[in-house]
Amino acid sequence: MAMQTSHTPAHPHPAGGSAVTPPPVGEGRGGGVAATDAPLLEAQGLTLRYGPITALDDVGIEIFPGEVVAIVGESGSGKSTLLRVLSGLQRPEAGTVTYRAPDGGAADIHRMGEAAMRRLHRTDWGFVHQNPRDGLRMGVSAGGNIGERLMATGARHYGSIRDAATEWLRRVEIDPARIDMLPRQFSGGMQQRLQIARTLVTHPRLVFMDEPTGGLDVSVQARLLDLIRELVADLGLAVLLVTHDIAAARLLAHRLLVMRHGSVVEQGLTDRVLDDPQHEYTQLLVASVLAA
Amino acid sequence: MKTLHEAGPIPTSAPSDAPVIGPPAIHTQGLGKTFTLHLQGSTRIPVLRDVELAVAPGECVALSGPSGAGKSTLMRCLYGNYAAGEGRILLRHRGQEIDLVTADPRLVREIRRETLGYVSQFLRVIPRVPTLDIVAEPLRARGMPAEEARARAAALLARLNLPASLHSLPPATFSGGEQQRVNLARGFAPHYPVLLLDEPTASLDAANRDVVVALIAEAKAKGAAIIGIFHDAEVRDRVADRLFHVSPMQAAA
Amino acid sequence: MSTMRSAEGGAPLGGEHRSRESHGPTATRSAEGGAAPGGEHRSRESHGPTAMRSAEGGAALGGEQRSRASDGPTTIEAGYNFGYLDENTKRMIRRALLKAVAIPGHQVPFGSREMPLPYGWGTGGIQVTASVIGPQDRLKVIDQGADDTTNAVSIRRFFAKVAGVATTEHTAEATIIQTRHRIPEVKLREGQILVYQVPMPEPLFRLEPRVSETKRMHALADYGLMHVKLYEDIARHGHIAISYNYPVMVGGRYLMSPSPIPAFDNPKMHRMPALQLFGAGREKRIYAVPPYTSVHSLDFEDHPFQPIRANAACALCGARDSYLDEVVTDDQGGRMFVCSDTDYCNTRQGSREAAE
Repeated sequence: MAMQTSHTPAHPHPAGGSAVTPPPVGEGRGGGVAATDAPLLEAQGLTLRYGPITALDDVGIEIFPGEVVAIVGESGSGKSTLLRVLSGLQRPEAGTVTYRAPDGGAADIHRMGEAAMRRLHRTDWGFVHQNPRDGLRMGVSAGGNIGERLMATGARHYGSIRDAATEWLRRVEIDPARIDMLPRQFSGGMQQRLQIARTLVTHPRLVFMDEPTGGLDVSVQARLLDLIRELVADLGLAVLLVTHDIAAARLLAHRLLVMRHGSVVEQGLTDRVLDDPQHEYTQLLVASVLAA
Repeated sequence: MKTLHEAGPIPTSAPSDAPVIGPPAIHTQGLGKTFTLHLQGSTRIPVLRDVELAVAPGECVALSGPSGAGKSTLMRCLYGNYAAGEGRILLRHRGQEIDLVTADPRLVREIRRETLGYVSQFLRVIPRVPTLDIVAEPLRARGMPAEEARARAAALLARLNLPASLHSLPPATFSGGEQQRVNLARGFAPHYPVLLLDEPTASLDAANRDVVVALIAEAKAKGAAIIGIFHDAEVRDRVADRLFHVSPMQAAA
Repeated sequence: MSTMRSAEGGAPLGGEHRSRESHGPTATRSAEGGAAPGGEHRSRESHGPTAMRSAEGGAALGGEQRSRASDGPTTIEAGYNFGYLDENTKRMIRRALLKAVAIPGHQVPFGSREMPLPYGWGTGGIQVTASVIGPQDRLKVIDQGADDTTNAVSIRRFFAKVAGVATTEHTAEATIIQTRHRIPEVKLREGQILVYQVPMPEPLFRLEPRVSETKRMHALADYGLMHVKLYEDIARHGHIAISYNYPVMVGGRYLMSPSPIPAFDNPKMHRMPALQLFGAGREKRIYAVPPYTSVHSLDFEDHPFQPIRANAACALCGARDSYLDEVVTDDQGGRMFVCSDTDYCNTRQGSREAAE
């Protein structure tokens, strides 16, 4: 992605000439979200150990409607575990994750029945995996992949399902003429875009993304990030993004959490955390990246 | 840190901590900033201390002081881009006075969307987004319909002499001056009540400098409180009501 | 081929089973024709299908009475428990059946026993029949609609031997009908039991290979994937290209495989007055559709379910409402359509002759 011309991330020098980031993603078009809104997802005291390793150590997080939050950290920092625990895929040893449904009712994710959890995952929530093979049905056509969530939520009109699939292929910049092709006939970047279409087709309120640009060529990454940025802004999605790519976090996220050894060591506005990192580890993380 | 105002060609106003005309749109109380470089043996670099700056609506204050004195750091603290270590930054937002230093990130976003604008020296280009949409984006974020936002953006870009043929292109390949004008249009389009300008005319020619001077004058007339760093003395003299001196501090290990 | 034929006498079901599997129900008769020895072909030419059928029955069964009249109760062969299975096994299967009836369409695991015939040849259906049959019952067994194929005849003879029950070929007379791949054309009534032989009970089997996951999908009624399959069919073929084993929703809750009956038969399952029991021996699953339960074939609003039937009348009885088999009549590509349900066809032919 294109960078500003000069920047001194690790040494926020007083006279540093770097630019302040404009708000990365449109601030929820059509009027902002009032700061007093209740959080969509709220976690407290999450703790999880794998034997002697502490994957999560008393982690808390809030995500508000329309907010894009990135969790950054190196491999093994616990960021992927946090994503799995927040999305209900893995149970913590201690702590709660509360989701507030559109009707205002709050539900404890880890006390929810599996049926309710699945319903949540195919309606209000979406999950974009790092490897598109984990999120796509490789033996099912592009149209069928996009249509699955619609059919799972009761769509029974073939024509409208197909129209929706066509529209979403267009939105993720895949030629709609390829609607009947199998994902394995697509490039890696296209597969990832197809996974995003498949996830967003039911207009979820909250999308979990686990390294969505991992494993892609740099040029393909840029296009995908930009696409995600556009879609997230247009749909007013709340996104919880796990990435080790600082540049991706800067482009997409409103807010940033830095994780290390299972703890959140620093959090705040994306540009504040990256331009004026306070914690030693954050400074190291930002210093290890070229211009981000 | 001592805050002085320079004697100079500009008629000096009252000391910055003295009452200004009406309640200030933004003012700081005991603002201080020290960088701690953990990767270099936890070196502490104090940059700002006890900054007391108040700017009223309709007033333009130019930060002065030698290079490295901390002018840009102050600007970034005022925008919330740097975390102020001490003191308060009080801002009038939605009729209330809010401390930017302790405001949560979501409130800061809201303040940046509605109240506080910043024009940096360099444009952070977002891949593939056309110039017109980059300028219209803050307007749309405030709820303006797309067409209206684009029209206002186009008018402002035209005024800054950026040819319409460039409006549909992403500015990644633009010259420094062109990118600067895109940045200025983006900053001036929403009519923020408080506007921070970091060397807005650095890479502009005389004609475009005049446009910027006119834009600043118009913003002031609309009641905007403006804080700027202007290395171009001529521009500074034309727009600033007074100076606010930022003097360098000794680096302490 | 003649050795194979005689071998069939010993092993009741012969090699034709596999060819049926691969061709699906519409093709079965012709597949039989293909598998039949040259000599039999000639006999078909000269005698026509009815003769052929009885010839088949005769070849396979030797001594069994060939008359269409029902056979009365016989005595149980010495050394066998009633119904072949021991009482504890029958009790275990009945418990599974009760559970299956209580949860329509839900697959209940059971301890499938070794039977004196290989898996895939009806072991599940036979165990279910053996567990529900009583001395007063009258059993009918059909294979692809026919009472006189080796499979049907052998199973019927098996129960005559080990349960001493009366047998019949008349749908209306039977209290229990064990079937492979068809539902009789005559409407079943209350009190009757239809026992299906099921090769693969899991309707999601080809879509989701993990059994643990299919179980979860059933538990949560998470059936979007099945519709994805139908979607893929329409996208690829312009219509839902499932001609048999067409998936159904039972009681609005469980997705169920109706066993490989033609889609044509699906509507008969809906609110059927008879009890429908399904046994899968190899897969060790039992499931059921109680009387008057709703059974809906999956479809789309704009691509509604359509039972498929060859557009012809039966060459023997003239029926236009029955499911037809295509029969190859010679080596020159001659073919004809006849009712798959032999009892239905014979009854119609009989009443037509009587009217003349």
